Amino acid sequence: MPIQTSVVNKDTRFRDIIVETIGPEIFDCYQCSKCSAGCPVSFSMDILPHQMIRSVLFNQQEKVLAANTIWTCASCETCTTRCPNDIDIAKVMDVLRQLQQESGRPSTVPKVSQFHAAFLGAIQKNGRVHELSMMQDFSLKSGDLKEKLKTGGWKNDVKLGLKMFLRGKLKLLPHKCRAVADVRKIFNQAKEHKKA
Amino acid sequence: MKVSFFPGCSLEGTAREYGESIEAVCKNLDIDLEELPDWNCCGASSAHCTNEFLSVALPARNLALAEESRQDLVTPCAACFSRLKTAEKALAEEKDIDLGVSFRGDINILHILELFCRDELTDHIEQQVTKPLAGLKTVCYYGCLLVRPPKIVAARHWEDPHTLDRLMTALGAESIHWPYKTECCGGSMVLTNTDIFHHLIGRILDMAIEAGAECIVTACPLCMANLDTREEELSEAKGTNYNLPVFYFTELMGLAFGDQDAGTWFNRHIVDPTPLLKAKGLL
Ligand code: SF4
Ligand code: SF4
Repeated sequence: MPIQTSVVNKDTRFRDIIVETIGPEIFDCYQCSKCSAGCPVSFSMDILPHQMIRSVLFNQQEKVLAANTIWTCASCETCTTRCPNDIDIAKVMDVLRQLQQESGRPSTVPKVSQFHAAFLGAIQKNGRVHELSMMQDFSLKSGDLKEKLKTGGWKNDVKLGLKMFLRGKLKLLPHKCRAVADVRKIFNQAKEHKKA
Repeated sequence: MKVSFFPGCSLEGTAREYGESIEAVCKNLDIDLEELPDWNCCGASSAHCTNEFLSVALPARNLALAEESRQDLVTPCAACFSRLKTAEKALAEEKDIDLGVSFRGDINILHILELFCRDELTDHIEQQVTKPLAGLKTVCYYGCLLVRPPKIVAARHWEDPHTLDRLMTALGAESIHWPYKTECCGGSMVLTNTDIFHHLIGRILDMAIEAGAECIVTACPLCMANLDTREEELSEAKGTNYNLPVFYFTELMGLAFGDQDAGTWFNRHIVDPTPLLKAKGLL
């Protein structure tokens, strides 16, 4: 996708938020595309990592937050590792995902946020993640179960679940650690931070 | 040697054989693993994708607990390791967020593979080998977060790491050089972006087979689960027939140390590795 250099948004508030977390190195990007070249999921992205960086610098908030890039990025850290200018591209993706979720706008790949919500919900509840109940929660709330009931995909899940159960790999009940009070406090603090 | 141990959430569930083999191997090597009391989940990808504060504060609580014990903190999960190291760095830089914990940074945070690669343990490991894994052709799969980003996890070789390869060689196995040591397994995408996930694990399995490997060796519960539990599903999707055993590296250590329980670990796998091990005369 060609970058439209003519579309530079003069309002820099969006870029400022990202620069604050990532650091000023982002301005050093010289579009070498090394980040995109090594990205294992670039084939699935509508805007490639190096284009995302350029768009951030141009304050193209709407465009980057609507990209599916942030939802197919696997957080593998290859881009960050290889960038010759020390730009933490993987963290840019993190900040963009956070901003997108906070914006309340619908995501292009809603299942990803739903998975994260189920995972964090599990931590909040027990202090640790109980795999089985987290998966059930995700499956119900994301509509994954409904979809699989329609397509017959549930049969594979049941088959695998049964195999894992028989091999002692499914812990049936969650372990509540005494840390749960501390953990809930951390979640409350996180909410306060968001507001601030 | 005594260290604090942060098992991570999957060790009691899907990665049970990892936990069991770690326990056995550490007993052999006189390493006393003391589970961090009341540890909490590190937040994994879900925290860093959702909220910056959570992504540091959740692992930071564990770091503070570990420092109280004054022992190095060891974890077997590459993802937990990455989150703990990231929090360590954030705390060292004292970013303007008050996390409500004190951590001076006096202890080391290690992935369990790094512990076993410490100089003082290398000889000890070689001495423990009673049943060399002769003839077993492996490829070592490090995945992403054990080596990346190197500035955070302090990896010395991040494009072509050798630590696990050297360990496999010390156990008597053959470790084949291959180009996908640090490719991505897709992490939590297994549930959310199935097509992309299939592409990622498919290329890892294909490359391992092309390299001539008889099995893949991992050091992370997520990498293991994504490969071992999904081969059948991928075979159906692609119309192929994957049947490549995947091991936790500690299982192979236990096997080479002659541990009697090794068979029970292998029985927990979805892709049954026992025919391969029997064919090699190892079981
Ligand atoms: S690797 Fe770094 S400098 Fe090169 S395009 Fe990507 S962000 Fe820019
Ligand atoms: S962190 Fe995301 S954007 Fe960067 S290389 Fe990995 S998948 Fe691609």
